[in-house]
This record gives sequence, structure tokens and C-alpha cells, in this order.
Amino acid sequence: MEGENIIEMLHITKEFPGIIANDDITLQLRRGEIHALLGENGAGKSTLMSVLFGLYQPEAGVIKKNGKEVKINNPNDATELGIGMVHQHFKLIDVFTVLDNIILGAETTKLGFLQKKEARRKVEELSERYGMKVDLDAKVEDITVGMQQRVEILKMLYRDNEILIFDEPTAVLTPQEIDELMATMKAFAKEGKSILFISHKLNEIMAVADRVTVLRKGKHVGTVETKDTSKQELSNMMVGRPVQLEVHKDPAKPGEVVLEVERFSVPAKGHHKRDAVHDVSFQVRAGEIVCIAGIDGNGQTEFIHGLTGLDKAAGKVTLCGKDISHASIKGRGESMSHIPEDRHKHGLVLDFTLEQNLVLQRFREKQFQRGGFIDRKAVRQYAEKLIGQYDVRSGQGPVTVARSMSGGNQQKAIIAREVDRDKPLVVAVQPTRGLDVGAIEYIHGQLVKERDAGKAILLVSLELDEVMSLSDRILVMYEGEIVGELDPKETTVQELGLYMAGAKRMNGKEGATA
Amino acid sequence: MSFLIQQTLLYAVPLMLVALAGVFAERSGIINLALEGIMIFGAFVGVFFVRLMQGVDVFASAAKSGGWLTLQGLELLAMLVAAALGAVFSLLLSFASVNLRADQTIGGTALNLMAPALVLFLVRVIANQNTLQMATGDAASWFMIKKTTLGFDRTADLGFFGNTFIHKVYLATYVCILLFVVLSIILYKTRFGLRLRSCGENPQAADSLGINVYKMRYAGTTISGALAGMGGFVYALTTANCASTGDVAGFGFLALAVMIFGNWKPLNIAGASLLFGLFKCIAASYTSIDINGDGVFWLKELSAKVSFFGAHFYRMLPYIVTLIVLAFTSKKSRAPKAEGVPYDKGMR
Repeated sequence: MEGENIIEMLHITKEFPGIIANDDITLQLRRGEIHALLGENGAGKSTLMSVLFGLYQPEAGVIKKNGKEVKINNPNDATELGIGMVHQHFKLIDVFTVLDNIILGAETTKLGFLQKKEARRKVEELSERYGMKVDLDAKVEDITVGMQQRVEILKMLYRDNEILIFDEPTAVLTPQEIDELMATMKAFAKEGKSILFISHKLNEIMAVADRVTVLRKGKHVGTVETKDTSKQELSNMMVGRPVQLEVHKDPAKPGEVVLEVERFSVPAKGHHKRDAVHDVSFQVRAGEIVCIAGIDGNGQTEFIHGLTGLDKAAGKVTLCGKDISHASIKGRGESMSHIPEDRHKHGLVLDFTLEQNLVLQRFREKQFQRGGFIDRKAVRQYAEKLIGQYDVRSGQGPVTVARSMSGGNQQKAIIAREVDRDKPLVVAVQPTRGLDVGAIEYIHGQLVKERDAGKAILLVSLELDEVMSLSDRILVMYEGEIVGELDPKETTVQELGLYMAGAKRMNGKEGATA
Repeated sequence: MSFLIQQTLLYAVPLMLVALAGVFAERSGIINLALEGIMIFGAFVGVFFVRLMQGVDVFASAAKSGGWLTLQGLELLAMLVAAALGAVFSLLLSFASVNLRADQTIGGTALNLMAPALVLFLVRVIANQNTLQMATGDAASWFMIKKTTLGFDRTADLGFFGNTFIHKVYLATYVCILLFVVLSIILYKTRFGLRLRSCGENPQAADSLGINVYKMRYAGTTISGALAGMGGFVYALTTANCASTGDVAGFGFLALAVMIFGNWKPLNIAGASLLFGLFKCIAASYTSIDINGDGVFWLKELSAKVSFFGAHFYRMLPYIVTLIVLAFTSKKSRAPKAEGVPYDKGMR
């Protein structure tokens, strides 16, 4: 047997202006193992993988394959070496068919003409062998996210890659799809393929990986065997201090009704006849966290858009005793903070600076105005205060362009802005999506703090752990309707799952309107 | 009827080709607003080339002795030259859009402003008037294929098919149709086409698969320039009596509209071109269209009776139809996702 390491990245250093993204990192991938790469956002995981995939050139360090030094100058070199990658944001062409996407860049041709028959046979064989069902003739834009990921994986297999990099592969999947993916990854490893698995979800790493390399702030913290470690130890290594994995909170003391939604419906977009949200009624009181749980795509997004005024909706919404059913977005914002689902689309103006983003809804207020112009000094002061208070990290402080910030810090900025507006209702939609343990801990802490300060909090989450640990009341949404109301202290994840899958529901409207 | 079909084709074919030119650029991710400018330039180049070649012995004597094959060769040669220089002209757009990452709309507009001015300047220098024409004879006498050219008797009746597609036609029309078909196949059935289309949709994805996005965009725009240049000359040859005036009557913009109406797809574009060609043909010759061949010139009579349907109405017609059709269809049509966005390797 030739050396046990198939890929070695030795003493890799990669600098960007003002930041050392990778500082002397060594990573050794054994043949046939699943090796997890763990770290917070901005720890340098993606940079390291981009170096391996030829997207970046390191300032120092060498890469060896089978003990021989190699140069990887671009993705083509990586493909030649058998390295394939499933990117976090899929690299697919929406309007192409699945088959075209798989062969793109590695086409078989005769006189320049595509020979798809052979390709089709090979892909069918692969998808059969690994039980990855795909519809080769469907357009990518029409298939589910889970299937899109299978397409990405098939792309690597089609190129006969033996080193597979998965960049945060589970972030977009349903629990069932995650299980399937884990099984597939194990099957690959069994066949001798080597897998690098980038993640910050400790459960998954513990379940599937053989070894874990932990990075923190661009540095290599350590490499451990999963069987010799624990979730707690890993998260401490990743964050650099003891982390609370559980949310600690006192029982809720619900007060006045802050938000009341009655017979609320949102029509579906496109040609669907069904409402996206149908006849939903519930209340949220001051001092409680109410969570709308459900599998992605069951009307949560549409409900929030209707509630916040981004889309038209039917029904009555009362906020702090005022009927806001027909109020404008700005009008609703008077007593509502909104931490939106899509932070790039609805949360930030990406090409504005951090300080501009922090006063997006407030620049009209007197304190930021001077003679009809924006008082830049006041804005700067206010931004600096928030940045300090909420620990928003960025390259150049208040004048950093929002686009250049890491996802976690973008989210922190949004939370700082929304929480500081100090409104009686906080609507938080998937506030921790794609964030790491440290940031999640922080955001959960903030939400609980706001609750204890007497705010009403409406949370929308797809993460079962988050739903169970953070909420005081759970409303389960299935196909646009609220099918159950549960108490997290009295229910189990399994029961919650049954409601989410539509297998169980409370009778009539009774449960839903309580 | 034959006349109507012939005239429609004369207008539709250059339109179709230039719309396909737009497709090649946009599918690679570059908005080619400069189609109009490139057409104007191509028309000038082709006409100028013909004018120069008319002085060459081979062609001059062929024109006298009826060596029509040689003259068709000249026509093809002129098309090639117009295409080549159209491609060169379009490099300005590629360079600005790909290398300098300039705004493509502005770049295209700049070329559109530059081309007519440049052409008019050159025409005045060369011909000392505002129109550059052939040195001797006209497009019909030199290049048009008639039944007599093909050896039929002047009085021979070739039937509907012959009268429509063989008598009084230009070879250029058929070459363009052939080119349109071949290029459409290339766009959909070859590796090059697949890669080109991927660059207009998701260049980041293409790049991650080792496709050189910059090269593909240069290729798309260059093909686009060549087709638009050729289309410009064909337009001038077949509908403007082989003359260049620094103007192609907004055909480049019409081609853009056809492209959008045709949803960036060749087959739809062919259909859309025929529709616009028909209206353009009506506009140009409504007085001599005899729809069902019964000797009644209905459109002409209409315009004589009702003043609203005067010459101006017919002249506006193609553009009004464009506006109306676009207003109804542009919402549904789907542009390549990444068109107009400069690709930057560093940004992910």
C-alpha cells in the first residue's frame, strides 16, 4: 500500500489584504476516510478548500498527492488530480437539463458535436449504484434542492473524482435528505473515495466523520478522531472558549397580546390554485417566544411576507391594539422589528456601508438629520455604538461595505439594527441559518434577552433543535395551515416531526386558534 | 403572393440573422446593443468592397458577358468581408465589456453613436456625397438571380415555387438562411454551444468546471459582430440597392426586439422575423401588393379612401407592431441570467 495519505496540505498560508485567512495550516486526508473540517464562519475553511480546488494560490506551503508535490493553478488541475467539490452555493445552470449540467466541462464529443448517449448511460449507472435518484431530462430550476445536490455529486462521480469536497452540504436539506446524504457519503468512503466534509454542525460531524480538523481564526487548532472526542470538546476547540450548546432560559411570563392574526391568508404566486397560507389565526403575547415550525416551503416565507407587508394578504392583523391589515411596510415597522429570512435580499443593502445599513429605517429620525441632510457624524457615532455593543466584526468598522462581511457578522448587524429599534414585536425568520455555534449562541441569547425585556417574539425556524430549545410555544405549519400547537416542554422531536410531515394534525380550528 | 413572400423574406432574413447575432452575444453574457452600429458599419464595408471590386477586370468583364457565377462569388466575398470587419468592430465591445468590465449598455450605445458618424464621414471622403453607391450598374443587374440568368426563357412560367424562390432572388438570402440553421445547431448541439450558453447563465459555475468565461464571451461577441456585419451588408444589398448611407433604418434595434420577442431561441426568432418582415414589406410596398392576385390593390385603395391609413401609417406599422408585441411578450420572455454582468473571477 502506497502511503496512507492521499492528499496532504502542508503549512498552507494564504493572505488577503488586511487578513491572514490561512496561517500555516496542515491538513492530511487519508485514503477512504471522511474527514471533517470544522470552524466558525471566517475561520478559513472555505479559503483552504479553495486553495485545494485551485481557485486561490497560497503564499506558502505545498500540496502533495500520494506523497508527490503537485501544483494546482485552477479548477482544471484539480479535476485532473481527481479532486471534485460540491460548493455551498450550487454551481448549476438553472435552464439546462440535469444531464447537460453533469456533462458540462467534461463533454464527450464527435467532431465537436455532443455525444450524450454514452454520458446518459454512465450517469444512469452511477445514480443506480449509489441510489441517487435524478431525472436527467428535467431542468435544474424545476427540481428540489435535494435533487440539485445529487446532481452536484453526480458531477463529481461522472468525472471519476476520488477526492470529494463537500462544502456545508446539509445547510439546505430536509432531515430525511440529510440522512440519505450521510449514507451516500459513507458508501463513497467504503469504496475508497476520500471525503472532505466542511461543516459546523456538530451532530453531523459526530455521526459521519472519522476525523475532524478544527480551524479557528485562520489557524489550525487540532486534528482529532471523532471516537475520542465529544460535541462539547469540539465546540470549545472551534470557538476557543466553553460554549453553551443548550439555551438557558427561565419559564416565559406571557403578558398582553401584542400580535393577533385572524383568518389570515396569502394567495399563492403563479398558477397554483391553493393559497400559500390558508386561514391562519393565532396570538403572540409580550414576553414569549412563539415559533412557527415546519419543513421549508410550507408557507412560512409567504406568511412572513404577508405579515410584514412585503406581499398582499387577506385577513386581519392587529398589532398592539391597532389594525394594521392595510398598513404600509413602513407603517407596520413602527411597532415591528423584522429579521428577514433572506439577509442579502431583504436585510441589507449589500453595496452600502455598515453604518448606512444600520440606519436604514432610522435616517429620517431627528437625531440623524441636520437641515435636510443626513448628519453623518451622528450616524457614525450611532454605528460605532451598535458595533461595539453587538460585537459586529468587519474589516473597516462603520465604513465596511456590507457585501464584504462574513455571513455571521452580516446577521449580527441586522440583529443589532432591529433589536435596537426597540419595537414591541420582533419577527425573526431563520435567524441562525448558516451560522456557526458561536454566532448561534449569541443570537439565541439576544432573543431570550429581548423576550425577558417584555417583547413578543415570533420566530420562524426549520431547525428542530432551535425550535425545541428556544421557543415557549410551537405552531406547526403544514401546507399553509397551522396544524398543531405544541408545548416544547411536553412534546418530543418525533411528535413534532409527525406534525411537520402532515401525518398528524389537531382537529379543526380549535388547536390552531388557542 | 409571390411578390409578398419574396419581399417579406428580403426583410426577414437579415433581421433573423442579426437577431441570432444578438443571441450569440447575450447567451455568452454580453448585451450587444451595438447591433445597429455594427450593421451600419458592415453595410458600408460590403458596399465599399463591391465598389472597389467592380474595377477589377475579372468582375467587370463577368458583368458584361453575363458570367453570373463569378458575380455571385463577388457577392459571397463581400458578405465575408463585411462579416470579418463587423467582427473586428465588435472587438471594441468585447474589450470594453470583458477586459475593462465596462457597462455593456453604455459600451454598445457608444458604438451605435460612433458607427453612423464614422461611416458618413468615410462615405463623404470616398464619394463626396451622402450615399455610397456601386460604381456602375445596380444590385439587380449585378447580383439578382432571374430566370433569364438561369437560362430559362423570358416568357417561361416556373410555377408558384419557381416564381417565388428562383426568380428575382438574391443568393445572399439563402446563404443567410443556411447560416442561421447551421449556427442554431451549433448553439444547441455542440460542446462549444453548451459552454457558450453556460457562460450567459452562470459564469461562476462555468468557471468552476474549467471553462474560460472570458474566452467564451469574446467568442460569442465576435460571432455576433460577424453576423451583424454580414446582416448589415445583406440588408443594404437586397433592400437598399447596394448603397450605404450610415443608416439601416433601425434594423439593428428591430433585431433586438425580435430577439426578445423570440425569447432568445432561434426557432421563435425565425417566426418573429417573418412577422416583422411582413409588416416591413407592407410598409415599403403597400401600393403594389396584390394579396390574392385578382388585380385589386386593396391596401392601396384603403389608403386612398381613408386618410388615416396613409403612407405614414404603413411606414410606422412595423415599429408600432414591435412596441405592441414587446409590451405583451417581454414580461414572459426570459433573458440569459448573467447577461450584462461583467464577470470577475475574484468575486464569488
